[in-house]
Amino acid sequence: MAAERVNHPAIDVENLTVSFGSKPALLDVSITIEAGLAVGVIGPNGAGKSTLIKAILGFVKPDFGKVRILGIPADQARGLVAYVPQRGAVDWDYPITVEEVAMMGRYGHIPWWKDPGLEDKEQVQNALKMVRMSEFRHRQIGRLSGGQQQRVFMARALAQGADVLLLDEPFAGVDAATERAILDVLDRAKRAGRTLVVVHHDLATAAEYFDFLILIKQRLFAYGRPELVLNPELLSEVYEGRLRVFADLSGARASR
Amino acid sequence: MCAFLIDLQQHLFLQYALLTGALASVACGVIGAFVLVKRITYIAGGIAHSVLGGMGLALFLQKNGHWEAVTPLHGAVAAAILSALIIGVVSLRAKQREDTVIGALWAVGMAVGVLFISRTPGYNTDLMSYLFGNILMVSTRELWFLVGLDVVVVAAGLAFYNQFVAVCFDGEFAALRGLKVDFFYLLLLCLTALTTVVLAMVVGLVMVIALLTLPTAIAEFFSKTLARMMVLSCVLCFGFTSAGLAVSYGPDLPVGATTILIAGAAYLTMIVVKRLALPGSIGP
Repeated sequence: MAAERVNHPAIDVENLTVSFGSKPALLDVSITIEAGLAVGVIGPNGAGKSTLIKAILGFVKPDFGKVRILGIPADQARGLVAYVPQRGAVDWDYPITVEEVAMMGRYGHIPWWKDPGLEDKEQVQNALKMVRMSEFRHRQIGRLSGGQQQRVFMARALAQGADVLLLDEPFAGVDAATERAILDVLDRAKRAGRTLVVVHHDLATAAEYFDFLILIKQRLFAYGRPELVLNPELLSEVYEGRLRVFADLSGARASR
Repeated sequence: MCAFLIDLQQHLFLQYALLTGALASVACGVIGAFVLVKRITYIAGGIAHSVLGGMGLALFLQKNGHWEAVTPLHGAVAAAILSALIIGVVSLRAKQREDTVIGALWAVGMAVGVLFISRTPGYNTDLMSYLFGNILMVSTRELWFLVGLDVVVVAAGLAFYNQFVAVCFDGEFAALRGLKVDFFYLLLLCLTALTTVVLAMVVGLVMVIALLTLPTAIAEFFSKTLARMMVLSCVLCFGFTSAGLAVSYGPDLPVGATTILIAGAAYLTMIVVKRLALPGSIGP
């Protein structure tokens, strides 16, 4: 990527406050995410995890505060961030093939009067290869398993060629094999120098999957290395005793 | 059937009718596919019915106001675009009011049309032909107007094919990639509006939705891409309009209603065959 961006953090969130009507979704959240990290976002239901992702994408307008992507204000940085939505978000009967969905990641690069060029096609094939979906590229998306569908959407985000990838609960409702496959893709994306921010619901695997964790419930409760964030006292404060596993988080992995 | 084919070679009105069906089929194939995948059939229905208001007003002005240049077809186009924009803006700004507004436009448009037509000589024939179609009475002038509409609709639909596919599939992602999602949504509604006007010439305002959705719904089952669905529903739609014309010709049945029944029967057959062939699948 361009040299001038190297010195900027991948994502810089400053005093971010978002509300829906009178209900606060995020309160005064400030986080600086350095480039090349895989960061997990954890917190109970309704904690504002998805809102944080949407604010970084520029989908929701903050009441207060700023979001910068590689030094550029979020509303001007649209091409720099790629996004994988929650899996339920689209119509699976839609007559469209795997390859066509991945090609949508390139749309920002293709003017409306042109067909996709050689570079676009190459990027799409690379992205499909990366998520190991090349052999399914001519299949209609409804005829895939849940995990395969998830990977198609990752391919679409990868094809975009963005340096920052945001994923909203990619592991929700997928089987263990798919979870491994997705992790594998995340790992390769990270090694290619991309920054990943992933909303995650499973505390037991959070430490294993991510370099850093964001613990959030409207306010930012912690941001740092997993061993610091997954602190039983902090978690019981945030989850209000609704999870029983924290006392034994180090042992939790063994039980999986 | 044989009589139809012989008369088709002799009578201009039958050739015009067949040609009108062909024009409608092209628009139906391209725009109907987007309507189906975007799930805006109900919006298309609302637009189609509200068109009567424009037709009635134009007819009234033409006959009573001596505005010779204004034809009901012009009124239809104006009303269709107007209601498409109203519904579009409401659904973008206040999603929760969308169905109320569609319902209101649907009925108010028809009421306006009925009132104006009732104040115009020739009340019954005009009203009936707008509501249930008058494909056998299409004039040369109307045919050219339909050609114009078709060109606009198909050219825009194909030129912005990628954009419409993206907006219909996942508007949020399309917006993220810098697409003007609201603009393309409104444009799609306007093209849908123009398509309903073309289809109304074939089957009348009341039955437009069926012709817009049935060929497309059948095509969807056999298509894994939208492009293929468009081509297939185009062919099917032409098949239905031509069959409707041919079947109704001998016994002198209403063409529009016959066309819709043929399309409906084909759709039903497809569902039954599909359920028998794939017992696991749920619903149509």
